[in-house]
Amino acid sequence: MIIKGRTWKFGVNVDTDAIIPARYLNTSLPEELAKHCMEDADPAFPQKVAEGDIIVAGKNFGCGSSREHAPIAIKAAGVSCVIAPTFARIFYRNSINIGLPIMECPEAAAGIKEGDIVEVDTDTGLIKNITTGVEFQAAPFPEFMQEIISAGGLMAYVKERTKNQ
Amino acid sequence: MKMTITEKILAAHAKVEKVVPGQLINAQVDVVLGNDVTAPVAIREFNGLGAKKVFDREKVVLVPDHFTPNKDIKSAEQVKVIKEFAKEHSITNYFEVGRMGIEHCLLPEAGLVLPGDVVIGADSHTCTYGALGAFATGVGSTDMAAGMATGEAWFKVPPTIKFVFRGTDFNPWVSGKDLILYAIGQIGVDGALYHAMEFTGEGINALSMDSRFSMCNMAIEAGGKNGIIAPDDKTLAYVKERAKREFKIYQSDPDAEYARVIEYNVSDIGPQVAFPHLPENTRNVSDAGDIRINQVVIGSCTNGRMEDLRIAASILEGKKVHPDVRCIVIPGTQKIYLQAVKEGLVEIFINANAAVSTPTCGPCLGGHMGILAKGERALSTTNRNFVGRMGHPESEVYLSNPAVAAASAVLGHIGHPQEVEK
Ligand code: SF4
Repeated sequence: MIIKGRTWKFGVNVDTDAIIPARYLNTSLPEELAKHCMEDADPAFPQKVAEGDIIVAGKNFGCGSSREHAPIAIKAAGVSCVIAPTFARIFYRNSINIGLPIMECPEAAAGIKEGDIVEVDTDTGLIKNITTGVEFQAAPFPEFMQEIISAGGLMAYVKERTKNQ
Repeated sequence: MKMTITEKILAAHAKVEKVVPGQLINAQVDVVLGNDVTAPVAIREFNGLGAKKVFDREKVVLVPDHFTPNKDIKSAEQVKVIKEFAKEHSITNYFEVGRMGIEHCLLPEAGLVLPGDVVIGADSHTCTYGALGAFATGVGSTDMAAGMATGEAWFKVPPTIKFVFRGTDFNPWVSGKDLILYAIGQIGVDGALYHAMEFTGEGINALSMDSRFSMCNMAIEAGGKNGIIAPDDKTLAYVKERAKREFKIYQSDPDAEYARVIEYNVSDIGPQVAFPHLPENTRNVSDAGDIRINQVVIGSCTNGRMEDLRIAASILEGKKVHPDVRCIVIPGTQKIYLQAVKEGLVEIFINANAAVSTPTCGPCLGGHMGILAKGERALSTTNRNFVGRMGHPESEVYLSNPAVAAASAVLGHIGHPQEVEK
């Protein structure tokens, strides 16, 4: 899958409370969550973000709680991909499971500026900064995860597997 | 064979002889847990799967604890979804208000998690159960849904970092909370990213089960996949009176391979405080400076157990909470609450002008029961001090053990328990 969008930059250790504050967790509706996406990191983000935009952040993105509401809020806000040097492990898992593409790439996270237009090939891990012309290579997903992704997320994958039981 | 305790448990549940770090496995799970925030999402996914039954109605555990007793209409609707699902699937371990507790206090207490188990919970602090010698890790709601349907979960076997806590000459008022805050301060909030954290050494052997729970609870605060402590006599004494099924004890092989071995001397560790806005911003309490506080919270899945309440009460007995401070005490479960009543602890808290609440996560995640206004500051025995964690994005949360929290409630600023000792 090829993704292209404008980037928004965030710092290191962006936690799940910054991505979607717990005060909004009394609902699980994606469109409700999207209204508060990244609110405690940048209160204006939910208004600024447009369909297809890409988040580029520092290390350990998504640390903190297991709330799937975090990648759901990001996806529902229209964000097409998140690029960071590392992701917190539950966030990583959740993103794969719900089908939000995330790319681990320290060089890209450092070499992309806010507002750059970036193109991401999720199959090969190639990240192109269209604005500057610089390319970065993220590690492709392990085969097992590719299977989950190509099945369309964990639910579709499990459905496949439980069908024959 | 040479495996760590984490690797042995995962290998047994994946039904293979041996696993190595990095290996992807499908493991059978002994318990699948969810709460009022995560389970409704998982149930929606589960129903979307077209799954007819949960894999085992006794192994799915549902605990509405975050916004309960229901904070508002939306929270009530979420709990209703769980309750109806529990009824429909005859789930035995659904815990209604009045029977419930904060999930990670409740499950060990009720004997629902045991040594050698693999546990997935749609809550990041599921890693708490590592204190029993189980492999327990937090997952998301989709994983929970898949777990409920299949009784399995996929894992990448984590490499293990071994932490050795040398010595038993603890400084006064130091508990498991201080050891883990200290370790997080040293390695950082991603210092154990994707790793198992195995806690060993004489210092760990000397800790109570309650202190061990609070250590493993915070493994996630260092990015860890799980925290784990090999079972010993204390573990067995704890589970013996609770277990209603078989369990298995695992120990790391002496020559097991570790990604890193980190040693600390417990005598170097004083009571800790984590400053805003990350648990890694730790200092000794004595170096805290003059930090005035508006609220103290004693409770949560980190420090809402008997040992915690006893220590807090020992400091608050015969004293009054500072006039500028709200002090909120939240026992972790109904059982703990009742025991605290019987031991006279609740009376001590109330006489000290502290508020005592029914078990709930409440203020820990900024849900209800003690939310901070703009510019307010809290000292809390909970596990996270992120921006906005306990209320307004411009409020601040500091983390400590219950002794420091209780002493600071009396002082009106963050202080060392010895400052209020008689
Ligand atoms: S007490 Fe706090 S950290 Fe523990 S489960 Fe509840 S919200 Fe999460």
